[in-house]
Amino acid sequence: MEKTIYLDNAATTRVKPEVTAAMRPYWEEQYGNPSSAHSFAGHIAGAVETARKTVADFIGASPKEIYFTSGGTESDNWALKGVAFALREKGKHIVTTKIEHHAVLHTCGYLEKLGYDVTYLDVDRSGLVDPAALEAAIRPDTVLISVMFANNEIGTIEPIKELGKIAHDHGVLFHTDAVQAYGHVPIDVNAMNIDLMSVSGHKINAPKGVGFLYVRAGVKIEPLLHGGAQERGKRAGTTNVPGIIGLAKATELAAATLAERAAYETALRDELIAGIEREIPYATLNGDRKNRLPNNVNFSFRFIEGESLLILLDQSGVCASSGSACTSGSLDPSHVLLAIGLPHEIAHGSLRLTLSEETTRADVDTTVGVLKTIVERLRSMSPLYEDFIKKQEASK
Amino acid sequence: MSQVTEYSEKVMDHFMHPRNVGEIENADGVGTVGNAVCGDIMRMYLDIDDEGVIRDAKFKTFGCGAAVATSSMATELVRDRTIAEAMQVTNKAVAEALDGLPKVKIHCSLLAEQAIHAALWDYSQKTGVTIEGLKPPVNDINETKEYYEMEEN
Repeated sequence: MEKTIYLDNAATTRVKPEVTAAMRPYWEEQYGNPSSAHSFAGHIAGAVETARKTVADFIGASPKEIYFTSGGTESDNWALKGVAFALREKGKHIVTTKIEHHAVLHTCGYLEKLGYDVTYLDVDRSGLVDPAALEAAIRPDTVLISVMFANNEIGTIEPIKELGKIAHDHGVLFHTDAVQAYGHVPIDVNAMNIDLMSVSGHKINAPKGVGFLYVRAGVKIEPLLHGGAQERGKRAGTTNVPGIIGLAKATELAAATLAERAAYETALRDELIAGIEREIPYATLNGDRKNRLPNNVNFSFRFIEGESLLILLDQSGVCASSGSACTSGSLDPSHVLLAIGLPHEIAHGSLRLTLSEETTRADVDTTVGVLKTIVERLRSMSPLYEDFIKKQEASK
Repeated sequence: MSQVTEYSEKVMDHFMHPRNVGEIENADGVGTVGNAVCGDIMRMYLDIDDEGVIRDAKFKTFGCGAAVATSSMATELVRDRTIAEAMQVTNKAVAEALDGLPKVKIHCSLLAEQAIHAALWDYSQKTGVTIEGLKPPVNDINETKEYYEMEEN
């Protein structure tokens, strides 16, 4: 088989060698627990604090506003439950959107079971939240608004600054799940009116199992994990030193290359989109053309089903993902694709390709060629395509 | 969930190299089952001679790897068989012939059985030939919820 073309970087990324190298000493040599009193562990706490400053600087925060966690899911759970519990006397209403990651949606579902009230905002066809709809949803008992920075499936970047402003104008806290955006687009928590922000390391070449929650100074939040006094008593559990060092190293690398990487990936992304639109009929781009993550491409191919497409791509060495029901183990296709108004049968035929700085022009060309062949092949055996062609011929 | 690692070699073979893909013009029986909402549609074409033997079977399928593989296997299992023998090709027989299916894909084999029955029903309607044990197609292109619930029981 030819070389693997990895276009599933929204699922996870390769840990960079520089990141592994930075982490290695903290397993085998400097393995002390930063909470220990002895000198062996002494400077390790310092290394963690340096890491905290690195990520804080990158988002315009202060180090004491950064709480390291196990990743995006924990950060989302903590932000929602922690604020909901802390402010339960003030109100029990949360506003979010229909296209959030399950880490937010299922946490909201859990809070509903506990008696909280959640409003799920609609999005338009490109996946954008309407600021006016957000404003209209705010009630006197609203305690938190949570809108993702950029969508993991269709790559749409939400107008976070504007949405955060609306939240603040009404005295409501604003959380954003920035798992897909961090390290890919510039983020400034102050300029963008963000009070809480979830981040995961493994989407930006750090290892799996580490992330952080930014919590603006003064924001009341209950801990999710109770135990030791780590993270200023807000997040118990032995400090994941190697993970945190890796996250900081990956952040440092991402920060240094942010602009050029975004430009490179955006150019490749647009080539891939143009190539698919040129070569494959009845293909629709999902998500917003302009307000879009630099590395995200998401198409629906009519008359075919996503899992078949993924397997055939895999057999040709292209790793991708789909919003088809068959790939999720449920009968329903992706909630995001349904929320942007795709009919079920078209949502089933969706494909997500997410690039990285390692993706080349040749990879893009190969992918377009392979995809064209596979889509033609699946259509040739699709009864939906047969009906469509017969209908077209009949109407001539 | 990784599909490729969960499918048997036989499922992968029938997906990568499906047998009898296509249409039969003026087929003696054509049946379409499943629906696009759930992500699987199978259409089966049968050529049946005067002796009641299935001389040719072809299919077209919109669906996952297992849906394609079960359609392919179903056409293989009914070719050159009598109608009575084709009636014995159950979802279990299709799944077994493929060395099993992942649990979440069992419904695909049921769909394959239904596709055979739907094509035979069409033949029966056109010719007036009565087929013992054959019921009208359970699920039409627009009707499925009951079908999936039935499958879970």
